[in-house]
Amino acid sequence: MSSKKPCTPPDSDGVPNKTRRDFLKKSSFLTAAAFVPVTVVNAAVNQWDEKLASVFEKTSLHLEVNGVPLNLSVEPRTTLLDLLREQLNLTGTKKGCDRGQCGACTVHADGLRINSCLSLAVTNEGKKITTIEGLSKGQELHPMQEAFIKHDGFQCGYCTPGQIMSAVALIKEGHAGSEMEIREFMSGNICRCGAYPNIVNAIQEVKKGGLS
Amino acid sequence: MKKDAIGDSLSRVDGRLKVTGGAKYSGEFKITGLTYGVLVPATITNGTIASIDTKVAERAPGVIKVITYLNAAKVPGYQPNESKPASKGLKLFNDNKIYFNQQPIALVIADTFERATYAASLVTATYQKEPFKTNFQKNIDNSVVPQGGNYKDYIRGEADAYKNAPVKIEQAYLLPSEMHNPMELHVTTAFWNADGKLTVFTKSQGVISSQKALANAFKIEQSTVQINSRFVGGAFGSSLRTWPHEIAAAQAAKMINRPVRLTLTREQMFTLVGYRPQTIQKMGIGATPDGQLIGITHESHSQSAVYEEFTERSVNVSRFLYASPNANTRYKVVPLHVGVPAPMRGPGEATGAFALECALDELAYALNMDPIALRLKNYADADPEKNLPWSSKYLRECYQKGADKIGWEKRSSKPGTNREGDWLVGYGIGCGAFGAYRNKAQAYIKLLADGSVNIKSATSDIGPGTGTSMVLIAADILGIPAEKITFDLGDSSLPEAPTQGGSATVSSVGSAVHDVCLALKKKLNTLTGKPENNEDLDYVKILKQQNLPFIELTQGSEGTDEAKKYSMYSFSAHFVEVHVHALTGAWRIKKVVAVVDAGKIVNNKTASSQMIGGAVGGIGMAMTEEAIIDDRFGRLVNGNFADYHVPVNADIPQIEAIFINKPDMHINPLGTKGIGEISLIGVAPAIANAVYNATGKRIRELPITPDKLI
Repeated sequence: MSSKKPCTPPDSDGVPNKTRRDFLKKSSFLTAAAFVPVTVVNAAVNQWDEKLASVFEKTSLHLEVNGVPLNLSVEPRTTLLDLLREQLNLTGTKKGCDRGQCGACTVHADGLRINSCLSLAVTNEGKKITTIEGLSKGQELHPMQEAFIKHDGFQCGYCTPGQIMSAVALIKEGHAGSEMEIREFMSGNICRCGAYPNIVNAIQEVKKGGLS
Repeated sequence: MKKDAIGDSLSRVDGRLKVTGGAKYSGEFKITGLTYGVLVPATITNGTIASIDTKVAERAPGVIKVITYLNAAKVPGYQPNESKPASKGLKLFNDNKIYFNQQPIALVIADTFERATYAASLVTATYQKEPFKTNFQKNIDNSVVPQGGNYKDYIRGEADAYKNAPVKIEQAYLLPSEMHNPMELHVTTAFWNADGKLTVFTKSQGVISSQKALANAFKIEQSTVQINSRFVGGAFGSSLRTWPHEIAAAQAAKMINRPVRLTLTREQMFTLVGYRPQTIQKMGIGATPDGQLIGITHESHSQSAVYEEFTERSVNVSRFLYASPNANTRYKVVPLHVGVPAPMRGPGEATGAFALECALDELAYALNMDPIALRLKNYADADPEKNLPWSSKYLRECYQKGADKIGWEKRSSKPGTNREGDWLVGYGIGCGAFGAYRNKAQAYIKLLADGSVNIKSATSDIGPGTGTSMVLIAADILGIPAEKITFDLGDSSLPEAPTQGGSATVSSVGSAVHDVCLALKKKLNTLTGKPENNEDLDYVKILKQQNLPFIELTQGSEGTDEAKKYSMYSFSAHFVEVHVHALTGAWRIKKVVAVVDAGKIVNNKTASSQMIGGAVGGIGMAMTEEAIIDDRFGRLVNGNFADYHVPVNADIPQIEAIFINKPDMHINPLGTKGIGEISLIGVAPAIANAVYNATGKRIRELPITPDKLI
């Protein structure tokens, strides 16, 4: 919790210098008369520097999400999960822990299932991302979605998109060979309502039907 | 015309939304000008905040406000006055007192989630520390009898009569604290309109109760608070009440005059939204050599918080589940410097059944008697606590069906003797009961010219499939296909309904839907001049003849005084087959059969899922879940899914739910009794008893992790 970092000397008011912008602001005031144009001083006073910096601190990112190519500008610390939910309004991908421990945020990146909360958005440059919103073809549900409804593979529905994305990838991976194998390879997706047996039944039906 | 829809297996009416990502939970609405709130936790366990430094955080990019007790707008409902003392419970940012570790000391609001999260790490505080108590067992001598009359000692016949019985068991059973941990984080999004109206999207099991709580907090008219909670990503009791952080979100939105979304982290879910409290239960149970019970004594000590007392009915089950002439119970709580508990699925009854059903199993072995035979020998044909007949009870049938399904005849009466290769095989039974309640509820119905029907009620669906059951009930009464019926819930502007809890939603709201459908039919018959009980209604034709675009009406519904004449409970018997590896103590739950007498079942499909889910919860309770506090610091050390283990898919076998499915018409017109709690009550002891049968090791401290079996 402490903000006292060993290499950060406190400034005059006892507050450590946190950012380049703080430095610019303070140095601007100190040396304004001699070196800094009036516009920069005004910018600092009006916090335009922060607004500008917030643009410069972003990185460009090219992604294809559910078949739509996107040119984005994101902060490097933004996770793929938060990019999807907060900036692209694709809230079907769920946040359950932000630690890669629950699987609610599972999406496909170039066809592989990943925990989007553990993946910084910028590390997905050029990748094809598929979320639950991109799984169905228009009004026609993916067979796994149909099977989840038929077998009641959910209750509250919150872990469901992650379960379904995992289940679709699971069959492609060749990890749906038996009930035990399905249970093992679906164990990264927690369902607190306890729909596990129904999820397994849904996956087995899709596997047998060869529909995925 | 669809008749007899009740009892069908209907897929969820909101299933499509849930499998496509279209279902919007409380943190998922696009709101203009939205800001993000992140809570800053205290790092001490008891004391006061001496100083708090928010300057760095305030200067961090994107930060709009840092709220602490020093600058927070006072929440009117938190302030005591002459006529009313301060309300119970934690009041965030109201003063500098710290009652438990990780109690929020600040709320940082910024324009993005990342910026708020970063800025929250920049808030620092110094504290005046005071000694704290977090160790439950060391502080058990500080226990108190809860305030109010409900928890005084209960005595039927003679107290502690078991002590004089020829065969007796005297043991203590320990349950650690268990977290609800619904998959959806608790999220509240709040904003104030220019006209002073408060709108809140929050994770709520009861939109009306949330509406009342927020209106009380801000001392505004109830009607000026709008609560939206259509989809709830699980709750299990953790959203029965309005938590201080929900009020804080509304408080913050008011202070900055912008919408605020406050999302708890998973770690905060372990400290701020309740849990099943750590409980130690001492059981004394005695019988004659042929198994007739002489006395049951059930004493419970349960963890509570210093700033708010929490109680539950852990001992009550021992008063009525078996016909013992003598029974007595004692219940006390131990106030500690921890967050306050909350009812968790099955609540106290599940805790109590763990002790009672394990003790009964131990008695069966001491008597050299089959555990089912012992239960049958002491079968209560009437409620021995209330001295009333049961409204219905088919527990005998539950025993029979469960024993058949699990293959009880394969059970060895000598523990540790049934072996399959390296694995020891055991079978166990655990039973439970939960009150069958019915509360007041209202429902609105609208019949449209095309024959479609819309019904509304301010109930919730935290997962059981409330809307689906209500559609089935309406389809049954109206005699029209389910596809023509829609049901709206999770909105405080709809007709009043009780909070979803205590397994009472179908009984309460379902009865209101039943009654409003009957009222509609009556009205149509009146319009056409037909007798009241005419069933042959062509809805489209009547509206057309009457030249009406639609018909609407609202109907209230509540229980009768039958509740005074009968003792009303759902009953369950859970059967488990467990395998334990002889060398490593690794366990596999091989089979679970849950047999339930819960009256009439409305939707077989969703009810089965609910039963399976309860069994999974019981498996977590028995085998994996334990919240651990490091008493040196008073802080929880396993507040995440890597260290706190909830059951995962690999832990769970196929689970079979069997319903007796006999209507109980004393409770409500549908004949339902409720299954939400009963699905979990009795599961943990069934597993513990199966483990004993497999290994000969009696584990009285949950969870039964492999290290305890080596």
